[in-house]
Amino acid sequence: MSALRSLLLRREAGILVMIMLFCLAVGLYKPQFLTGNNLRVILLLTPLIMIAAMGQMLVLVARHVDLSMGSILGLSAMVTGMMFRDMPQIPWMLGFAVAIGTGALLGLINGALVTLFRLPAIIVTLGTLNLYRGLTFIISNARQVDRQYIPTELKAMSQTSPIFGVPSIIFIAFGVAILAYYFTMHTRVGRQVFALGSNPVAAPLRGIKANQVTLLVFTISGALAGLAGILYASRWGFVNPSNTGAGFEFQVIAAVVIGGVSINGGVGSVPGVVLGVLLLGCVSAALPLLGIPGAAQNAIYGTVILIALLIDRTVRQQGVLGLRRLPA
Amino acid sequence: MTGPAALSQTQVPLISARGISKQFAGVEVLRDVDLDLRVGEIHALLGENGAGKSTFAKILAGVHRPTTGTIALNGEQVEVANPVVAQRLGITLIHQEPISFPDLSVAENLVLGRSEDGWFSPVPWAKMTRDARALMDLLGVDIDVTQPMRGLSIADQQMVEIARALASDSRLIIMDEPTAPLTPREVETLFGIARRLRSEGRTIVFISHRLEEVRALCDRVTIFRDGNKVGTHTIDELTDADIIRLMIGRPLKEYLHKPRTEIGAVALEVENLTLPGRFEAISFSVRRGEIVGLGGLVGAGRTDVARAIFGVAPALSGTIRINGKQATIREPDDAIALGLAFVPEDRAQAGIFRSLSVEQNITAAVPARIAPRGFIRRSVEKALSSEAIRSLRVRLASARQPIGELSGGNQQKAILARWLLTDPTVLILDEPTRGIDIGVKAEFYDRIGELAASGRAILLISSELPELLALSDRILVMSEGRLTAEFPRAEASQEKIMKAAVPRSATLGEAA
Repeated sequence: MSALRSLLLRREAGILVMIMLFCLAVGLYKPQFLTGNNLRVILLLTPLIMIAAMGQMLVLVARHVDLSMGSILGLSAMVTGMMFRDMPQIPWMLGFAVAIGTGALLGLINGALVTLFRLPAIIVTLGTLNLYRGLTFIISNARQVDRQYIPTELKAMSQTSPIFGVPSIIFIAFGVAILAYYFTMHTRVGRQVFALGSNPVAAPLRGIKANQVTLLVFTISGALAGLAGILYASRWGFVNPSNTGAGFEFQVIAAVVIGGVSINGGVGSVPGVVLGVLLLGCVSAALPLLGIPGAAQNAIYGTVILIALLIDRTVRQQGVLGLRRLPA
Repeated sequence: MTGPAALSQTQVPLISARGISKQFAGVEVLRDVDLDLRVGEIHALLGENGAGKSTFAKILAGVHRPTTGTIALNGEQVEVANPVVAQRLGITLIHQEPISFPDLSVAENLVLGRSEDGWFSPVPWAKMTRDARALMDLLGVDIDVTQPMRGLSIADQQMVEIARALASDSRLIIMDEPTAPLTPREVETLFGIARRLRSEGRTIVFISHRLEEVRALCDRVTIFRDGNKVGTHTIDELTDADIIRLMIGRPLKEYLHKPRTEIGAVALEVENLTLPGRFEAISFSVRRGEIVGLGGLVGAGRTDVARAIFGVAPALSGTIRINGKQATIREPDDAIALGLAFVPEDRAQAGIFRSLSVEQNITAAVPARIAPRGFIRRSVEKALSSEAIRSLRVRLASARQPIGELSGGNQQKAILARWLLTDPTVLILDEPTRGIDIGVKAEFYDRIGELAASGRAILLISSELPELLALSDRILVMSEGRLTAEFPRAEASQEKIMKAAVPRSATLGEAA
């Protein structure tokens, strides 16, 4: 009983309950929401956000923020897409190295600006959000990389895979989540990220190299945004200088925060973030199904995020079903 | 003390500090201190606030680097460059409110920073938890090592720090006022552990204001005063009266005394003011034209009383009467309307609006006068502030420059000016001259005297005894949240105030 109780008292339980209630409510109204086919729709909406959310989680846990993720995604995707277009003979797998490398470099620049000049991350990444987007326009001459240039094998990754026909990018997303889990829970530097965010003043007193850890989390965040960039090309089959990754950072931050990562640093878990991403996926899948007009979807989406945060806060204080207030 | 301490006198000292001096921004806070710490002794550092004992402790622990001087550990000279180096050398400083990582578990807090392993080496959770439990058992404390540090009481957090010192096999454990936030039972537990660590041959430095505790626990004491070491003695050599004399024994400086003023009707009266955990049953009154000094050690609850009267953190029970009428003060607005003014202790945090102009700072407490219909009238703002700047002689380049650019003394004058615009009946000054140059101080004392002469009631909180003695008509002393003494000016002395201020003064009566 006490094991069940402590399980229910975990933050993740609250998000899980929210997901179930939401799906049940939508399912009662539109039964097709609860079908396997729709599950596939939900899962296909989430991989890019899931991957980027793991990076954003690290940055937030270290008590920083990365607002430039959408632009890193866009620039990495553009660099990779142009390579596919202009050098069609090179192996398509090399695209992953290029996208991840570009993203890592852009993230490293963010981290360097934050540590070298002691600037707040929110300002630095707001700046690079625009800078990287601008660079995307400059290098592409504001031209889209069209569908025919994206390698077929890459596009196929979003369609199917040898394993039950589930698209490969979903496996990649969960693979990244598992790596992130290992990194945060079982590597020394992973724990140092939490220590740094929990008490930035004390961290150096305990021999934590705060600047290096900060550089690392921004670089990882950038690399994962870069990975999300090439998967964008896989999923949508094109790279557009203005659309690709635009507004992406807000979805990512929303998912991470719903997933229980504190913007004050030090707190966050991979299972929580995965659930936060899935909740957002459910909401995104439900809106068109419920016949909510496109114009209203953004407003509804934002409202749902706020409600989720409010419920989460209540659950954190009182436990699921008020369990925290009951005697043990 | 017999036993290990006596035995070790012939040994090389664990720590041998020579000629330690420290300057902060050109101000000398520690001057040429020599001090030996023996193996297996508990050594108390005593002194008034700002005497230099904490600075010395922080130098040993690598938090500060000394400006000059050397430290030898077991006879070998060492560079304690930072706290990590200190830890490796076996020196641990335990802060009064321990520095920890509140979101991480107790076990993680214990090991953090100790490992030399690489970034991506795995975290040995099972071993870590096992080791942490073993340490807690060794200390005989019942702390769940898997829970986050956040939920622990301060006493338990201190225990975790001690456990951390043991985990790295520290030979020197420095405790900076560890008992202040503890209950008597927790203090007993701490002392039991300290004695056990001593018997294992570890050295403990114990910083405290409580003479009774020092006497109960320590083998030797070193007394600091104004950045100098006054002397090191075995505790049995000194009576409590000796210790107090050594702590405050500076010559009384020349202070301008408060002019004789006409003492009028009671302006502020508090009765049985209580805020549990902060202060209890505080009753006193201040008359018009009177300056009442409130003395005591830092943490005695003086500021809390002031904040309660001004409505910042109101008392839970008790009554406040202003000019004989019972007052309900729930927030500072109420207090201001009743004619109260409060110059807070922490100027940078609670006093000034750093980036706003001097003018805006001065007129901040009278929004209705500068903006009668909600729009600021620059001419009124200018007129009011320039008058105040003149009368208090605030030195500045322009009334429109940010107040943060002024010196501490002139900032303080501007804050005083702000409150004078509200024409207060009662003025509460909390450490008004802290961090202010001597010259400006004297000027400040004149202003305070003039304010009393103009018929205002003044409550002056100060840790500087000469200041209290020079300015006050009466002096109240607080200790551990209670009023412990009241002296008319003629009867007060530094010794008397200090005795009343040192907690658990019962034993002091016998010693004196």
